[in-house]
Amino acid sequence: MAAETSVPVDTSAAFVLGVTSLIDWAVIAPVALPILGGALLLMVRHRTRLHAAVAFAVLAATFAACLVLLWRVMGEGTQVMTMGRWLPPYGITFQADMLGAAFATTATFATTAAAVFALRDINATGRRYGFYPFLLLMIAGVNGAFLTGDIFNLYVWFEVFVISSFGLLILGSERRQIDGAVKYAVLNLIATTVFLITTGYLYGVFGTLNMADIARKADGLRESGPLMTIATLYLLAFGMKAAAFPLNFWLPASYHTPRIVTSAMFGGLLTKVGVYALLRTFTTLFPVERAVLSDVIAVVAVLTMVLGVLGALAQTDIRRTIGFVVISGIGTMLAGLAIGSPLALSGTVLYAIHSILIMTALYLLAGLMREAGGSFSLHELGGLYRSHPLLAAMMLALMLAAAGLPPLSGLWPKVMLVKAAIEGQAWWLTGAILLSSVLTTIVLGRVFALSFWRPQQALATPADTRPIDPIAGYGTVLVLLVPAVWIGLWPEPFLRIAETAAAGLADPGSYIGSVFSAQGGS
Amino acid sequence: METALTGLVGLFYAVSIYMMLSKHIIRVLLGIAIFGNAVNMTIFTAGRVLREVPPIIAEGRTALDGVTANPLPQALILTAIVISFSFFAFLLVLAYRAYQELGTDNTDEMRIAEPEGEGLPPLGY
Repeated sequence: MAAETSVPVDTSAAFVLGVTSLIDWAVIAPVALPILGGALLLMVRHRTRLHAAVAFAVLAATFAACLVLLWRVMGEGTQVMTMGRWLPPYGITFQADMLGAAFATTATFATTAAAVFALRDINATGRRYGFYPFLLLMIAGVNGAFLTGDIFNLYVWFEVFVISSFGLLILGSERRQIDGAVKYAVLNLIATTVFLITTGYLYGVFGTLNMADIARKADGLRESGPLMTIATLYLLAFGMKAAAFPLNFWLPASYHTPRIVTSAMFGGLLTKVGVYALLRTFTTLFPVERAVLSDVIAVVAVLTMVLGVLGALAQTDIRRTIGFVVISGIGTMLAGLAIGSPLALSGTVLYAIHSILIMTALYLLAGLMREAGGSFSLHELGGLYRSHPLLAAMMLALMLAAAGLPPLSGLWPKVMLVKAAIEGQAWWLTGAILLSSVLTTIVLGRVFALSFWRPQQALATPADTRPIDPIAGYGTVLVLLVPAVWIGLWPEPFLRIAETAAAGLADPGSYIGSVFSAQGGS
Repeated sequence: METALTGLVGLFYAVSIYMMLSKHIIRVLLGIAIFGNAVNMTIFTAGRVLREVPPIIAEGRTALDGVTANPLPQALILTAIVISFSFFAFLLVLAYRAYQELGTDNTDEMRIAEPEGEGLPPLGY
């Protein structure tokens, strides 16, 4: 290979010649491990007994790799690895900065919890249809999107997790699922196609696809190239993926149809990848265009926040209620992007981490309420406070977290965003964030009052209920609540991560420098 | 050549957007297929269209002598074609299943997941 220095051509200008040490592979491990695991599970597709164990082992290893990566990023700064030993901008770069590493770690954590929940939620038929392989390939796509440093590669990872999510969405082939999947699939495909068009234009203007290289060249091309058009098209494509108003109607049409564990992972992870892509393109690549578009993003953020939560008020199915709460949270994150100060960006990053955990937990809790009360409908649930006090405690905690009340994780990111909005003189944005928090409290408070405090309803069919499993039921939601409580009570380490991530976003120089000074090797 | 292809790309976009605005899933799918091809043609045309000039730098030189077609966009399209083909295959099956299960391909009538007239949640107890 390139390491052969005896060949007459001097390759040191194009290749990394040193040996990659074992720990450097941590950059790629959060993507490579689940892909290998997914491939392995496809090979043993018919031996469904093995699936859960293999998937859990792979996810645990992936989570460990994410932690190693996060620890390395905290200690040494952004980690870079370029495929095929090329020196950037040639070859596809994987680049784990604080933002990507923190998101990948949180996402893998939430997926691992969901995989345990699936032990009870997915039966042998679901496993035979490939639940666990799809799960692993989806987390591979999500982690790949978080860690890649190449914009076309980002498109590829989007497609990887989108096609896996199709598989998860229609698992079971119920009529509702097929109805929801048609809308989800068509609109997501259009969004990724718009992403592809834009990336084509971007390559035409920049002649490179490496994100650090794009960020480096953007200043010189701002006069001559149509960067504003490209940035606006990215806002369209990623806004659609993130379920920002008015492009969010695929989410409430589909997220309540699959198995509850699938809803949990979709609600927790997939929209956040859209938010991540918006953060990456609008701060690292196009900061000037972000400033121009900030009013547009702010209006979109306010509408997403308020209309999302108003939609939640009108729902009777708790899964659909949570779907609208997810949308409202996306609006809160976009508010931080609209303000754009380091404080606002770190608020957005922390909110996204909080949202991955809490939205996954909320959907899983809805599944537990279905097991305990026999229904998802607010008309039929009731009396759970007396029969399932632990469930009531978890619902109360999640309600406080989602609404942004102390002592849980929603408080600090909202405090940061409100402070940033006041500092940025955006009073109406401040008002919208607070209003949506109040309305979220009402929405989830009503779910709590109706399904827990209200006496048991005659409509509920006890035949549908079953005892909640202590580990695969209560355990998974409690595990997701641990970091949520931790962020609420002792936010220091998480704040430091969010601030470092936001500082990296606000200063593209560090992102560029990490690729071009380290010269690719590690 | 590029000018003619540009016009064709524009035509593709117009047709695909018109088709995707339809209520009928089958037309939407045809629109999506054309949309994917329009994107591929866009990137292909943007990478220059020339015949049989290999993008190889001659010995002793550091840059290409003349213009050649850029091979990278073509590699991008190859990836995109594979992806959009697999998506389209999935969508066709999904649409067929939807037609079988729901008995319609009119999106206005596909209200199983979001039933009409669901009513408000209980206002008190």
